[in-house]
Amino acid sequence: MAQDNDNHTESQLPQVLVLRQPGCWTMLESNYSHKFNFLKAWDSPLPQDQFLAGHAGSVQALLSSSIGPPITANILGMLPSLKVIVTTSAGLDHVDLPKCRERGVVVASAPKVHTHDVADLAVGLFLDVMRKISAGDRYVRDRLWASRGEFSLVSKIGGKRVGIVGLGNIGLEVAKKLEAFGCSILYNSRKEKPFVPYPFYSNICELALNSDALIICCALTAETHHLINNKVLLALGRDGIIVNVGRGAIIDEKEMVQCLVKGEIGGAGLDVFENEPQVPKELFPLDNVVLSPHNGPCTPEYFMDLCELVAGNLAAFFSNRPLLSPALDN
Amino acid sequence: MESVGVLMPVPMSPYLEQELERRFNLLKLWTAPEKAEFLKAHSGAIRAVIGNAGNGADVGLIEALPELEIIASFSVGIDKVDLDMCREKGIRVTNTPDVLTDDVADLAIGLALAVLRRLCEADGYVRSGGWKNGDYKLTTKFTGKTVGIIGLGRIGKAVAKRAEAFSCPIAYYSRTEKPDLQYKYYPSVVELASNCDILVVVCPLTQETRHIINREVIDALGPMGILINIGRGPHVDESELVSALLEGRLGGAGLDVYENEPDVPGQLFQLENVVLLPHVGSDTVETDTAMADLVIGNLEAHFLNKPLLTPVV
Repeated sequence: MAQDNDNHTESQLPQVLVLRQPGCWTMLESNYSHKFNFLKAWDSPLPQDQFLAGHAGSVQALLSSSIGPPITANILGMLPSLKVIVTTSAGLDHVDLPKCRERGVVVASAPKVHTHDVADLAVGLFLDVMRKISAGDRYVRDRLWASRGEFSLVSKIGGKRVGIVGLGNIGLEVAKKLEAFGCSILYNSRKEKPFVPYPFYSNICELALNSDALIICCALTAETHHLINNKVLLALGRDGIIVNVGRGAIIDEKEMVQCLVKGEIGGAGLDVFENEPQVPKELFPLDNVVLSPHNGPCTPEYFMDLCELVAGNLAAFFSNRPLLSPALDN
Repeated sequence: MESVGVLMPVPMSPYLEQELERRFNLLKLWTAPEKAEFLKAHSGAIRAVIGNAGNGADVGLIEALPELEIIASFSVGIDKVDLDMCREKGIRVTNTPDVLTDDVADLAIGLALAVLRRLCEADGYVRSGGWKNGDYKLTTKFTGKTVGIIGLGRIGKAVAKRAEAFSCPIAYYSRTEKPDLQYKYYPSVVELASNCDILVVVCPLTQETRHIINREVIDALGPMGILINIGRGPHVDESELVSALLEGRLGGAGLDVYENEPDVPGQLFQLENVVLLPHVGSDTVETDTAMADLVIGNLEAHFLNKPLLTPVV
């Protein structure tokens, strides 16, 4: 029996509202449609508000992602029966958490699934910028090796001081991996971490001043918005490089672009931007910049683990068991 | 020592040239309109030759330089030096081990990450505006993949140490098993290739290791496997590699060296599962300086009758 979007078909399966397809949708739908009745807002000819008004009155569970519409107080207001939001990201900056708290809506995130993939990308971008891997690959493919000769000398990775901004799961993993390359690690975090062997800098400018590279691994919050501003970039300096695998808005993007164009910092490896998929075109001619299309968590293994966690959280909710990965702010 | 003639075949390092010129009579072969005549004219004065990855001293050169006493290579690999002939004639040979170990190992991991996570291709995707039309596709996780290393010398061990930080199980092939290491040994390259995800070539180039990566090994590595070559181009049967990549029999490759540098097979340029670098393994300012200092140090030691710093012969 085909299930049309007006939902006249009675389904015994628990309803889960999905406003827009998350990145893992194909895998999620094919593996878990037998367990959950996914209410697909994007599939409806109705505009979102009308769809919610007409069909989401009894919905208790919402699946959201950082690429879907932000879960604002307005949307929450249209979901009177909502009890749980399961998000496919570790980041929660797209959810109105205070409103959720007020309404008693619990939130589950996906904090550790992508740790290795994002950390691998941070290290990969760092190595690429430092050793000019993408630039070297272009040099060969443009047939410049034969005509122009040797490529440029770069600076050695061993002995470089790497300042990690945000020493959570991802930051710690990046630290561990870079230590194997002979880098010394320093960090800035909301609070000093007691059992960590790396020097802590409470002031981000001080961290930048003492680092050859900054790697941004923290969450985007009101406090970290534009944390990396002109002052921090100038402290990082002409030879310093910055890698961002957190969120674009942690860096004042306009300032960073100016610093790169003027040579006030040495290079950048960026997986995230303030206005994805818009990327400042001033960066395109720069050989000391490596750009990545928000690919941090983008391997099949990651998507399988993520689907399992999302389904696990939903199943836990519907059977009155504790969520597998409740967000700390609950 | 200003009268000692030192022959440099090609430009290698401005710093090295400058330091050689301060101490010796540096003869720059690449500036000569007629190389054979240049050698003949200076053959009485040349007592040292500076080698590098692409230039050593074969029979022809050694015989053209009757006063040759030492070949100091600006590289760790000395496959272009006829070592047997040097031994026979009492010519000393030095190289530059250790100082470049970290840089080359760093690059091996950088290449692996670049291939698996499609860093170069994705960068191009963004620059060409492709991201506005849709997300880039899935790539392959690096953490946890099995890394197979051919040649577990200084650089091989350094590659292993870095890969271990990514929880990569390490396997290897070497001329002899190394029981004090905790890595899994395979007695043949084909078996190693069958049992790893990323195969790294990092052994010296000799007659035995030429084309050590042949069709059989490439097929054993397979359509999910990645080859990383930071050794020498001739380690790999390049035409077999190219056809395997074009036909999808090999998952991908990260190459810093080629059989005929600086020529790189053009068919590779259309492939997104390949990363191509222009032999930059040790091309950092710090290592360039350290290697040059070692070359100078070896030459000075020789001409002052002191023990050589890093002799091979």
